[in-house]
Amino acid sequence: MKKRRGLTLLQKRNVKGFMFILPWLVGFVVFYVRSLFMTVQFSLSDMTMQEGGYALQWAGLSNYIYAFRVHGTFKQILTTSVLNMLVDVPLITFFSLFMAILLNRKFKGRTLVRAIFFLPIIMNAGAITSAMELARTMMSGGISSGGSEISDAAASGVNVAYFIDLFKNLAMPEKLLDYIVAAVARINDIISASGVQIIIFIAALQSIPGSMYEVAKIEGATAYETFWKVTFPMVMPHIITNVVYTVVDNFAVSDVVQLAYDTCFDKINYGLSSAMSVVSTVIVCVILVLVCGFIQKRTFYYN
Amino acid sequence: MQKIKMDAQTKNSLSAMQRGAKKGILGLAQFVVIVGICYVIVAPILGILVSSFMSDGDAYNPMVYMIPTSPTFQKYKTVIERLDYFPTMGRDLFYTLSLMVIQVFVCSMVGYGFARFNFPFKKLLFACVVVMIVIPTSTIMLPLYMTFRNFNPFGLATLIKGKSINLLGTPVPMYIMTFLGCGLRSGLYIYIFNQFFRGLPKEIEEAAFVDGAGVWYTYFRIMLVNAMPSVITVAVFSMVWQYNDTFYAKLFLIDEDIVISKKISSLTAVIANEDKILDTTIQQLYLDAGIILILVPIVLIYVFLQRYFIEGVERSGIVG
Repeated sequence: MKKRRGLTLLQKRNVKGFMFILPWLVGFVVFYVRSLFMTVQFSLSDMTMQEGGYALQWAGLSNYIYAFRVHGTFKQILTTSVLNMLVDVPLITFFSLFMAILLNRKFKGRTLVRAIFFLPIIMNAGAITSAMELARTMMSGGISSGGSEISDAAASGVNVAYFIDLFKNLAMPEKLLDYIVAAVARINDIISASGVQIIIFIAALQSIPGSMYEVAKIEGATAYETFWKVTFPMVMPHIITNVVYTVVDNFAVSDVVQLAYDTCFDKINYGLSSAMSVVSTVIVCVILVLVCGFIQKRTFYYN
Repeated sequence: MQKIKMDAQTKNSLSAMQRGAKKGILGLAQFVVIVGICYVIVAPILGILVSSFMSDGDAYNPMVYMIPTSPTFQKYKTVIERLDYFPTMGRDLFYTLSLMVIQVFVCSMVGYGFARFNFPFKKLLFACVVVMIVIPTSTIMLPLYMTFRNFNPFGLATLIKGKSINLLGTPVPMYIMTFLGCGLRSGLYIYIFNQFFRGLPKEIEEAAFVDGAGVWYTYFRIMLVNAMPSVITVAVFSMVWQYNDTFYAKLFLIDEDIVISKKISSLTAVIANEDKILDTTIQQLYLDAGIILILVPIVLIYVFLQRYFIEGVERSGIVG
């Protein structure tokens, strides 16, 4: 249709299309491209604030060397942040997939349950989170009994150590057990970090054509087989989306970001802070590329 | 003969029973998991709600559980006064909602531009949107801080005032960034809109074009109206995240009187100073009341939009 009208009209249309993205393009260049360059530049120099601007003095790699060789905690915090992330991401991804499947089924009170599940999304402000943490430890009795609950888990009637021993005696690998215990202990963090992921997975599940399940049923597939042969491959592309989202979200609140922030605005060491930011960003990007590449190879694309 | 028939019948009823039992057990398991997780989510909120009504005596009484013996509104009264609640909330809601409207317009425009037009380097530019989602804001915080501390677009400020303008301390930087499609999580919103517009049938636009509608008219009067599910999704997301955001508020030193979630973090100090309440346990009760107060509007809006929101998420372009 449009091609017959000639190229000029099409070109006109494309120029108009360019107008649509122009505000964003300007913003991207000014705030992102320029800022990224500036961060790298800051990290390679000594920076001092001046009236109406700042002065840079070329310092080579000294900020990086300082961060890795001299700084007391940077390496440790960086490693723990990255390790925590690597532990959390699969947990959050599978937990949210599991919850999405549960919430996608029809049952009484589904609307209410869904509303509750998305509550953590709307309450993720810093002040609220810390107060919540405190409130959680205070659930039994007045505030004064808060401390005692943590120290005396046996009082609640569940002897955690006994169960851990039980599973150890069943010859479960200790590493796996530790992982699971740690996951259960942080169930709250995981739940509150997986709101958006659950939404994405629910939307993904809704987009699977019903005819596929019909076919599976007619062919006599069990629920287990249906999950692995139909549901899982169909939501696979969204696992990448979720993993990327989780990594970014997790990183944004990690200790290493906090450290960079403190170094910048409390210790007023701009160069060092930039170096820290650059290092951690590069690491996150490498992780993202590796993980996405790994999943992408195994992903099945329906279209 | 009879025997065989009996056998078949019992077998049938047995397997039916088995199936029923299996279903029952699965249902029960599902019920337990859902109730358990709901409890984990709701319990702390309930705890905060309860302790915000506690009197000082209740806080130290270990016998008090969930139901305060002498509930009081006194904490709320003090906190409303100290937070200057209604004016601050009004300003914050204006700030949040205006940014939300800008987000929806700018991001939908950009998403539409990417979805329906062809221009050179389109793929590369869209990759930039993804980069925007992936790059943590903390990486670029220092340059942003510098940019707005010495704000001088094209040397205009120097031309007019003789020196660069310091925009920190005002919400202006946030507006500028949002207007240029680089606000809080704008990349994600652009992505959502792009996916949604790509899913709409092209025929709508062709019909509009044949009827003589221009590109802008088509976009505002036809496409944006059709994109309601994703508009609601983005609106809710951007409102909630903007409201809760403290990162940008801290970075741009935005005034506490505009960002209430920032004000709440200094509430305990204010209570300690002004009301001479130095007991941290009692301070916590005041903080709880403050938290309930700042949660109220956002929960109200959420409850109001909840149904549309979840429907919107299901139909909107989060899934490509």
